[in-house]
Amino acid sequence: MASKFTRSNRVGWLMAGPAAFLIAAFVVLPFIFAIILSFTNQRLISPNPTEFIGLSNYEQLLGVGVLSLEPERDAAGAVLRDAEGVPSYKALRSYTRNNPEYPQFDGMREWFSFQQGDNRTYVLARDVVFMKAIVNTFIFVIVVAPVQAGLALVLALLINQRLKGINLFRAIYFMPVVVSIVVVSLLWRFIYDGSSGLLNNLLGALSFGAIPKVDWLGNPSTALGAIIAMSIWQAVGFHMVIWLSGLQTISPSLYEAAAIEGSSKWQVFRYVTWPGLRNTAVLILIVITMQAFSLFSQIDVMTGGGPLDSTQTIVFQAVERGYGKQDISGGSTISVILFVIVLSISLLQRWLTREKN
Amino acid sequence: MSLVTRQSTLDALGLRTPTLEQPWTKDEFMDALAKAKASGKYEFAFDPGTAWTGEWYPYAFSPFLQSFGGDIIDRTTYKSAEGKLNGDAGVAFGEWWQGLFKDGYAQATQDPADRDAGFNSGKYAFSWNGNWAAIGTLAAYDDVLFLPAPDFGAGPKIGAASWQFGVSAKSAHPDGAAKFIEFALQDKYLAAFSDGIGLIPATASAAALTENYKPGGKLAVFFDLSAKQALVRPVTPGYVVEAKVFEKALADIANGASVADTLDAAVDEIDADIEKNGNYGF
Repeated sequence: MASKFTRSNRVGWLMAGPAAFLIAAFVVLPFIFAIILSFTNQRLISPNPTEFIGLSNYEQLLGVGVLSLEPERDAAGAVLRDAEGVPSYKALRSYTRNNPEYPQFDGMREWFSFQQGDNRTYVLARDVVFMKAIVNTFIFVIVVAPVQAGLALVLALLINQRLKGINLFRAIYFMPVVVSIVVVSLLWRFIYDGSSGLLNNLLGALSFGAIPKVDWLGNPSTALGAIIAMSIWQAVGFHMVIWLSGLQTISPSLYEAAAIEGSSKWQVFRYVTWPGLRNTAVLILIVITMQAFSLFSQIDVMTGGGPLDSTQTIVFQAVERGYGKQDISGGSTISVILFVIVLSISLLQRWLTREKN
Repeated sequence: MSLVTRQSTLDALGLRTPTLEQPWTKDEFMDALAKAKASGKYEFAFDPGTAWTGEWYPYAFSPFLQSFGGDIIDRTTYKSAEGKLNGDAGVAFGEWWQGLFKDGYAQATQDPADRDAGFNSGKYAFSWNGNWAAIGTLAAYDDVLFLPAPDFGAGPKIGAASWQFGVSAKSAHPDGAAKFIEFALQDKYLAAFSDGIGLIPATASAAALTENYKPGGKLAVFFDLSAKQALVRPVTPGYVVEAKVFEKALADIANGASVADTLDAAVDEIDADIEKNGNYGF
């Protein structure tokens, strides 16, 4: 089926050949491998033969269950309560380990639980750390996507002006992008240090000692926020440049027309700039979402998934499981799950932002 | 490894100097930490080295667990950690470990710079460190003591490790390889290595030729510590996963997680991995 495209473009195909081969070898092939390996029990190094185990890996990662327990009652039927009046319940471990009446819960652990009157409902998960990783990653994406895109837009609007020395500011805002994320993570690890970090010293100096020293990376409630702030700082320059290119494609005659009609700055933005940035906005949203889902380097360098799993992410779990614990089939399974999540969200975003004619 | 401190610290706090035959008990050790904290001279009483994430956690801290009577895995069968990691001894160790951080004797999150230079600059009263860092400490102070590990009930324990040469069964030149190894293991080369990087030489005769490990040398005490207290880590291919699981459990406990639940979850993960790999050949 040699069309004009393939026939008269032989030189083009030859030139693209090496790159196409490398992409096939290092991107397409591992992708196919990951899908195949996720259905086996392949280990990194093992004399045991590899066997197909079907969906066992997926079940082991994604298995959840719900268990509702009634409180323990004494002989008269009244609810047993402890010192603070909280009802006491039978130990969860008796249901999840070697209990023939509940085989579906075997090996699960408590993910979270909530009270419903006197009963307590437990949501169990087969891999609680992975569930936390999914939640943390989603939190990261939901916060970073709008904040980073918005901040990048603000910066792009600022540097779109024809001022003297504007190129200096463009360079300054873009510089964090050029620095390796590992180097940035190491530096910010020192900045966030609990006892002698720069951030604590700065806050202390600004508030004359009123703000206490916070162990930003060692406290489960601040660790993820600290990493979010650092990630936004590092990547905002990249999206600022994309917004800038979008801004510069808006025809200046539109701005002149708006000036003639006497529009305020906000009206100019809302009716001239923003509609013109529509395609750029769609691109940036999709790119930020995809990049945010692959959060890994900062976690690996700064917190290692801790404290108390507050900074676990999907890719970090994939690396831990695949290379750290040598269970490459489990790591592949996580990668496939991540692929499905990112693909679904990207397709959803494309559908939501489609041109409605 | 040893408990590093200074003679002047022990004198100032009024503590008995423990010997190899009579190491500190758990109560004496906690009393020492309490006195160090009360003196107010140190930022933290104890530096276990929580900045060194990775293999340091199982290597340095599982001896404490073993001294309590527990272990990372049941070494009689190597098939399960149930009862060893999460039994009474394991839970006692977990609560002691959590107490170190909850009561303010040590830091759960530590700056790597503090680990490298903290003890040498007077930040900590006691440090848990190995012979590789000893040279730097000896340069910082002149009354350094390398004390034996405390005895938490089942005898004091420290980690042990060594490097080995091996010849593959499929080697085309096994005799040549064996001759090379014989050549490389001569005492003068072992001594040269030890002088260069500070590690314990492999034979007593090589030790006699070194700067630090000859009888009466500054680090000769590590020989006796190794001989008397060392316990190797679990000898099983499953150790790769056990080490990671144990490290995470220790980090979570240090950050305040429930001791019993964390150890139970660790046991579950270790047992599941062993089963998944056909008991690793045991």
